[in-house]
Amino acid sequence: MNKEWPIWEIFIRSKNGLEHRHCGSLHAADEEMAIQNARDVYTRRQEGVSIWVVESKHITASNPKKNGELFEPAADKVYRHPTFYDLPDEIKHM
Amino acid sequence: MENKTLSLDEQFQNRIDNGDNIEAKDWMPEKYRKTHIRQISQHGHSEIIGMLPEGNWITRTPTLRRKVALLAKVQDEAGHGLYLYSAAETLGISREELNEQLNSGRAKYSSIFNYPTVSWADMGAVGWLVDGAAIINQVMLTKTSYGPYARAMVRICKEESFHQRQGYEIMLSLCNGTEVQKAMAQDALNRWWWPSMMMFGPRDEDSPNTEQSMKWKIKKKTNDELRQQFVDQTVPQAEILGITIPDKDLKWNEERGHYDFGVIDWEEFWNVVKGNGLMNDKRLKDRNEAWDEGKWVRDAASAYADKQATKRAKKTA
Amino acid sequence: MLQEKLYNYLLHLGDNSMILGQRLGELCGHGPELETDIALTNISLDLFGQVRNYFQAAAQLKGGDATEDSIAMLRYEHEYRNTYLVEQPNEDFAHVIARQFFFDVYHQLVLRELMKSKNETLVAIANKSIKEVDYHVDFSSTWIKRLGDGTEVSHAKMQTAVDTLWRYSMELFKATDTEIWAAESGVGADLDKLKPIYLERVSALLEEATLQLPENTVFQYGAKTGMHSENMGFILAEFQYMQRAYPNMKW
Repeated sequence: MNKEWPIWEIFIRSKNGLEHRHCGSLHAADEEMAIQNARDVYTRRQEGVSIWVVESKHITASNPKKNGELFEPAADKVYRHPTFYDLPDEIKHM
Repeated sequence: MENKTLSLDEQFQNRIDNGDNIEAKDWMPEKYRKTHIRQISQHGHSEIIGMLPEGNWITRTPTLRRKVALLAKVQDEAGHGLYLYSAAETLGISREELNEQLNSGRAKYSSIFNYPTVSWADMGAVGWLVDGAAIINQVMLTKTSYGPYARAMVRICKEESFHQRQGYEIMLSLCNGTEVQKAMAQDALNRWWWPSMMMFGPRDEDSPNTEQSMKWKIKKKTNDELRQQFVDQTVPQAEILGITIPDKDLKWNEERGHYDFGVIDWEEFWNVVKGNGLMNDKRLKDRNEAWDEGKWVRDAASAYADKQATKRAKKTA
Repeated sequence: MLQEKLYNYLLHLGDNSMILGQRLGELCGHGPELETDIALTNISLDLFGQVRNYFQAAAQLKGGDATEDSIAMLRYEHEYRNTYLVEQPNEDFAHVIARQFFFDVYHQLVLRELMKSKNETLVAIANKSIKEVDYHVDFSSTWIKRLGDGTEVSHAKMQTAVDTLWRYSMELFKATDTEIWAAESGVGADLDKLKPIYLERVSALLEEATLQLPENTVFQYGAKTGMHSENMGFILAEFQYMQRAYPNMKW
């Protein structure tokens, strides 16, 4: 047999109240080992309180070639932002 | 609009010039990909091989405090190798191939690790000088254009901040110690100084890839600029230790605002690069043994994972 | 007198962690895969952290010039109280894992008892260490299963390691005078009480891993009272090298 351990993407929650963030990847034979490896590789300096592991092949990514159509149309939708709306200065907390 | 008249290569270079990072799935020139695979993997190999000269002293540290510090440091190097291999893997090379390139001797790694660590003071000198030189390079690379590489470097620089201090503290203890200890420290400096100077690579005029590397922000300063920075920051540190850098031409140049230093023995440099250092064979032998003897372990874990997956599939079926 | 007994008990606890940590330290840079290398070093670091806690306490008891390092490194071979098990060499990864597993299950049981000790220092050390050792048990257990139930090759290697190392396991539970004192005085663990739980846990896990404990084992005893295997001298030759070659210096 000649099969390399698959790659996993590792997401760490640094403390409760914060979201999990991608911090890197590693190799592991199964999900249990992926969690253990992630603990040993990515939380040696108290970086985390919770770990998610996802085998890389299960991630679907957007195609960068489509970045124009996917993301640029949002650029002129200024009405989605609070600063688009003019209010008198006396109005607070809005 | 204007973009349409630019070639893909030109658009790509524009992105880099504008400070944009390149990510794994972005279009990139084949040469950019190849150069990065080579550089990132060499960098990773250096971390992995770099574990060995210091690992050599883990069982012989003089105190328990030094033992945990050294263990943690060598372990970090494994971590850094892993981060770098992961960054290289985003460009389409596998862990298996990376190992194969290193173990077969085809890939290069930093020549500094082909020198032997013969005394405890070497743990001090390696941390102080070798890590000191490496950090100068790595801080620069946190701003490199390839995103996964830059992110790996940020993480590595954060973690490495204790490595150099660890080494310098060892030197400090020795230099504040007995005559025997101080001699040990001086001897280590004598042996590690010039190899550390060589870590920045050949002189600029002998370094043909510098221009391209600068364009892609793999490099922001030339080899000679970085080497000068290293000398300037290290000389005062040696003075505090009270030991002497083995270079009779070393002296402050008021006009330049830098230290002048002597000529590097480039013949020795190329000899070690070509595999003729004292430890080249042993380093590769150790890596090959670890990898070959680990094969049945890796295979077993894969087989077990498959079995478990099949069992789960049967249960849900 | 009481202090001396407690001191000796600290040596029992510390020496096992120390010699095992030293063995794992030899592997740093030589693991079967990067991730596994890092994991084993973590265990070594945990163990040396515990050793420092035990020996700092021991140095206080001993007084005078004693330090964690003089206690760790400046004893003669027969004065070390670790078991045969932890001084066994890193024959291959299967031996590393079997040695680890046989020790971890014992270690976890002992620490749970120390958490209830009448000695506050031991309670504090045990409370900190138990979290580390719970993880060690998880780590070595899953690897026993992977290797036992992995490939034919790994199964055979794992079974060989179990067969080779099991003979050193029961020494963990053969109480020395110091350990009898510790159990009776409520300072330490009652090993007789822990032994059946140990046997049950180890057999259950090995069964799950499709492995078997050897039958008719002739168990080896003696290291804990100072009669070590031939391995020990070489371990100490490296471990003590600097302190012996350059005595009375600060590092």
